[in-house]
Amino acid sequence: MSEAVAASDGPTILSSESRIRRVVTIYVPLACFLLVLLFPFYWMTITAFKPNEELLDYHQSNPFWIAHPTLANIKKLLFETDYPRWLLTTMTVAICATIISIFASVLAAYAIQRLRFRGSNYVGLAIYLAYLVPPTILFLPLAELVFQFGLYDSPLALILTYPTFLIPFCTWLLIGYFKSIPYELEECALIDGASRLQILRRITLPLAVPGLISAGIFAFTLSWNEFIYALAFISSEEKKTVPVAILTELVQGDVYQWGSLMAGSLLGSLPVAIFYSFFVEYYVSSMTGAVKE
Amino acid sequence: MDVAAPALILRRRPEAGRLARLFDNKTFLICACLTPAIGLLVVFLAYPLGLGVWLAFTDTQIGGGGEYVGIENFVSLAHDPVFLKTVFQTIFYTAVATAGKFALGLWLALLLNHALPFSSIIRAIILLPWIVPTVLSAIAFWWIYDPQFSIISYVLVDRLHLLAHNIDFLGTPWHARFSLIAANIWRGIPFVAISLLAGLQTISPSLYEAAMLDGASPWQRFRFVTAPMLMPILAVVLTFSVLFTFSDFQLVYAITRGGPFDTTQLMATLAFQRGIPGGQLGEGAAIAVAMIPFLVASTLFSYFALSRRKWQQGEANE
Repeated sequence: MSEAVAASDGPTILSSESRIRRVVTIYVPLACFLLVLLFPFYWMTITAFKPNEELLDYHQSNPFWIAHPTLANIKKLLFETDYPRWLLTTMTVAICATIISIFASVLAAYAIQRLRFRGSNYVGLAIYLAYLVPPTILFLPLAELVFQFGLYDSPLALILTYPTFLIPFCTWLLIGYFKSIPYELEECALIDGASRLQILRRITLPLAVPGLISAGIFAFTLSWNEFIYALAFISSEEKKTVPVAILTELVQGDVYQWGSLMAGSLLGSLPVAIFYSFFVEYYVSSMTGAVKE
Repeated sequence: MDVAAPALILRRRPEAGRLARLFDNKTFLICACLTPAIGLLVVFLAYPLGLGVWLAFTDTQIGGGGEYVGIENFVSLAHDPVFLKTVFQTIFYTAVATAGKFALGLWLALLLNHALPFSSIIRAIILLPWIVPTVLSAIAFWWIYDPQFSIISYVLVDRLHLLAHNIDFLGTPWHARFSLIAANIWRGIPFVAISLLAGLQTISPSLYEAAMLDGASPWQRFRFVTAPMLMPILAVVLTFSVLFTFSDFQLVYAITRGGPFDTTQLMATLAFQRGIPGGQLGEGAAIAVAMIPFLVASTLFSYFALSRRKWQQGEANE
């Protein structure tokens, strides 16, 4: 195995020395990277299933493993807190924001890339620039705006504000995808008498499905992970999203319940991680594609 | 029969109705297509941006109106030691974290660029820290940095006997700053590495072959082939990274909330603290507005780096 790998690396002479060098310069650093990048997740998982006494005593048993695994933390989280409701709120907000953003982005990207009007480049550039406005400078005036609209403490405030950072990204991604679809297909359809909307629905969209999937995954994960708007616009406990609720509702008093905190973080990360694992190929390719273009 | 077929098509067109014909009008269609996106962005992005600048010149409080006070907010901020310290901390945090992310991310990208077994699985794993909600991984870091039960302290003190006492990760200013920077680097490496890997893979192998024939050493190959070819992507990723590190909020809010004694406060967390729990919307907005010059500087950098490679939309692409 390693010989085959080394051989593909170039015209290097295969000797045990070069193989050792390869292991030291590539595999050892790579293993260290993977170890460091994954350790917090491992630690999160381990902690979530540890009983409290094991959690706070490293001398009775090996802290890197669980001597007596327990589901108590998860049970406590699911049945003694509003966690299921937070999950539901987060899910609803993420799905609604994703649908709105994809709808708006598909139309905008189609107009910019395919209808090609004077100034379409500048509209594209303006949308790209919108992506560069970080939420941290917007949340204060947005809080004021949300207050004026009477949306304060309502999930609708999140559903309407999340598209501000989702639309620029999705539009950007979809412009790239639409560009890869041959223009001739649309011209053929135009000659056959199809209307523009029919072309979009019957020809462009089916061909852009991989792009739509990537845009959807990005939008869903970004809105699932969003924090500062949800922190600033929602105040009542039962309407909070998972990231905010864990930090503000589960952290109380001086003694932190690390077990249930970690269980909450683990459960809150799982939906995006599972979602991501299904579409990882789309994700990686569109991420690298977005950079390449 | 063969005469009936075109007639059928001809007859179906008017059936589609006036609405469909309206959608065939290109100008109308363009407007209709752009309305949802532009509308949302104007109402919830452009308008708040303007409102934010306006708020910065008022003494608005939450729930109550405010009056125009000129540059009073900025004057008082300029004399506020906490704000000045925060500006320094934000720049320091951005500089060190970005340098760390790029050094390690580039190294990781170069490692991944070799022919590796299971490369797609490794890539999927590497992206995990970037996928998972930042606040949730920040809570894991908070637990890793616990003063009493930190696993790092445990390994260093009880297992390796390198230190006599547990490290107080979040208790002293410099420890807390570097702990936050480490967590930020951890979160940022995947994005940098995967983006730079995409850039590395566009470099033609024949360039390396030519360099090798000329007797270039591995360092020379990196210095004179990889680095210049990677520059455009590096510039773009760098801008994004600087932009989002500079405006970081979640990590600091989750792990230290700006403490101990405001020594880990970033401009974003200070704006939040003054604006929402503190109720001084005007002052918070002034802090947020003070971030804009820095953000504009890095955006301009991005624009020129992008335009040098011809902007994505440009007709003369490639």
